[in-house]
Amino acid sequence: MESLTSPTVTQRDQLLVEQQVFSLFKTFYNMPPSSQSFMLELQRENHVEYLTNGLKQLGPSFCVLDANRPWICYWILHSIALMDEFVDPELEDNTIDFLSRCEDPNGGYGGGPGQMPHLATTYAAVNSLVTLGGDKALSSVNREKLYSFMQQMKDASGGFRMHDGGEIDVRACYTAISVASLLNILDDKLVQNVGNYILSCQTYEGGISGEPGSEAHGGYTFCGLATMILINEVDRLDLSSLIDWVVFRQGVEGGFQGRTNKLVDGCYSFWQGGIFALIKRLNSTKGERSIPLGDGEDSDPESPRTTASSDATEEGLNKDLSQDDSHSQKDHHDTSSRVNVADIGHNSSKGHAKVNPLFNSLALQQYILLCSQDLNGGLRDKPGKSRDHYHTCYCLSGLSVCQRSWLEDEDAPPLPHAVLGPYSNLLEPIHPLYNVVLDRYQEAHEFYTSS
Amino acid sequence: MESSEEDGGVPLSRMAEWRDVTPLRQDDGPNPVVPITYKEEFRETMDYFRAIYKADERSPRALRLTRRAIHLNPGNYTVWHFRRLVLEALNTDLDEELDFIQRIANSNSKNYQLWHHRRWVIERLGSNARSKELHLIKSILSLDAKNYHAWSHRQWVLQALGGWEDELDYCRQLLEQDIFNNSAWNQRYFVVTRSPFLGGLPAMRASEVRYSVEAIVVNPNNECPWRYLRGLYKDDIESLVNDREILSICLKVINTKSDYIFALKMLLDLLCYGFQPSQELRDAVVALWTSDTRPLDADLATAICDILEHVDSLRASYWIWRKNKLRIAA
Repeated sequence: MESLTSPTVTQRDQLLVEQQVFSLFKTFYNMPPSSQSFMLELQRENHVEYLTNGLKQLGPSFCVLDANRPWICYWILHSIALMDEFVDPELEDNTIDFLSRCEDPNGGYGGGPGQMPHLATTYAAVNSLVTLGGDKALSSVNREKLYSFMQQMKDASGGFRMHDGGEIDVRACYTAISVASLLNILDDKLVQNVGNYILSCQTYEGGISGEPGSEAHGGYTFCGLATMILINEVDRLDLSSLIDWVVFRQGVEGGFQGRTNKLVDGCYSFWQGGIFALIKRLNSTKGERSIPLGDGEDSDPESPRTTASSDATEEGLNKDLSQDDSHSQKDHHDTSSRVNVADIGHNSSKGHAKVNPLFNSLALQQYILLCSQDLNGGLRDKPGKSRDHYHTCYCLSGLSVCQRSWLEDEDAPPLPHAVLGPYSNLLEPIHPLYNVVLDRYQEAHEFYTSS
Repeated sequence: MESSEEDGGVPLSRMAEWRDVTPLRQDDGPNPVVPITYKEEFRETMDYFRAIYKADERSPRALRLTRRAIHLNPGNYTVWHFRRLVLEALNTDLDEELDFIQRIANSNSKNYQLWHHRRWVIERLGSNARSKELHLIKSILSLDAKNYHAWSHRQWVLQALGGWEDELDYCRQLLEQDIFNNSAWNQRYFVVTRSPFLGGLPAMRASEVRYSVEAIVVNPNNECPWRYLRGLYKDDIESLVNDREILSICLKVINTKSDYIFALKMLLDLLCYGFQPSQELRDAVVALWTSDTRPLDADLATAICDILEHVDSLRASYWIWRKNKLRIAA
């Protein structure tokens, strides 16, 4: 049933990418084992150097990101934290100071000193401060003013505007709700109608769009799903069709595309890959398994047929297995408020139960390590594109999700075969609702619920 | 009247016009992080902008200044916002504003602020701007038929100002050029469900099913028409299960023994919704199974999951999960 017409733009573009990626894979498979091991290594040192340099200085071409500087902070700090590396205490202090200059006296953070507050840069600033951790960083946020900024951004439709007179979309909802939840300032007034708005954005394909009527898109699907979970309305979504849509966003390259019939891009390793972490988490916090995740029999990463090589080597480096696994918290319902949102971000499962990831974790890891890594430091969209801090952040976040995709508990130590490449590739676990490193989240949660 | 060029890059400090203004430095602090090595023109322009912004000066020169700043960084939402305040205060001709935005769009078609600003302008111009706007979006889509912002903006224009009459045909044209363009399929769904001229989804369903089936015949491996088909029956599972055309295309594709993943998947979904398969259908599925080692499961849905696990091995975990769900539902 072949089409006799010449290839369309979609087909042509896809073919070009496939050729590049498969040629890369072919070269890899033809290498001697020692070279293969090297290719699968996460180039930690080079990535950290690239990131730290960015924190210290950026060239003139970055003036197009002059209204996004808290984002650059977050992409860099989060990436470094994922690799469990350190930022100079002086740089940390400087970051806290810089972000406080981005903070508007009436609440919220702008893209730079003196700029209007904006929900996305607020999200980035708060996530940066949470990633830094410590009393100084965490206490630097003026929560009262931030709450009033959010109230002002709230729209009658239930959505939020990004800034005064700005656009309303699912991204704005997520950035607002995520920050409010993290800072423990989420209430019924902020939550009102958000669910209705997001529901109206789930499309006939199953994914979620930016605005009602637009195309299902990975970024917005992550934002929409995370928000619905945070406001305790996730059951209103058609989860089976959402899952069905997202599993088909993984392509032959191993990576994910953002929309149907579009090209693979490393950043969707998180936006799409992270959806599976959310779904998994959702199931483990419920008493019963409304979406059963398999019977655990096949929960060995080696048994699902994958296109990835099984070259995951078991290096001697074993992570400290005596990690604290008691993350269970009783789900105490505060009957005085309609929605108990205080603990939603915090509930997690007990124990080291295993599950089967619904996506192909090893194939995605292979894409990230072989196609997205720039061997000089940093990660990128796809071969042929340049590295940048945004892609570094989201490729690494996606990699972290992949490595832990067989575990029910985010914090448990992954099986060696779950980690493609040397075990030293292992990244820190994230909290998938906020995309901050898990233990930074724990610290922030304690801080903001006790003060 | 705004000049069409951005003052040819002459420093503001050398212009008589700006003599009375003290530029305001950015409060980066003594040890900023992620500091950008601003070029002199950029730094100066933003220093003057900050001064004007702080003073809330809504004058013609302020308007020119925002244009200059936007050219240097179209992502600065504060500048766009202030520009809107100045445009309002000066009661400026907004048709010219559209030309300005268009020039910025030439090199920044994926910029949020630009599209939001355009929406603001069109809102004020009203339905007179409609056809020119729809035409402009078409030209942007002719360069990139999947530009997300352009499509959202197009949907907004249709809903706010109308112009639905030709939209279904526009979708048809785009799909003729590229049947794999999911944005065009999405737009088709949008038109079919929301156009005041078409009678709504139930009225359009039969012809849309036929359209999708035609697309499937040519490219059964194209995910778009399959999802579109499913979408046509969004809230009416019973009709989905009884649609003979859908059944027929599934069977047809399966019988070719090639590119049948989506056909099998559709069949699986139908079975989960209570569809009772014919012997012909069972036989067609069984014919796909080539293993000597074990026979296909007697339950058709289970059998399909097993086949998909093998032929769509990238998604093996998902098909195993679907199979387990069958067991639990039973």
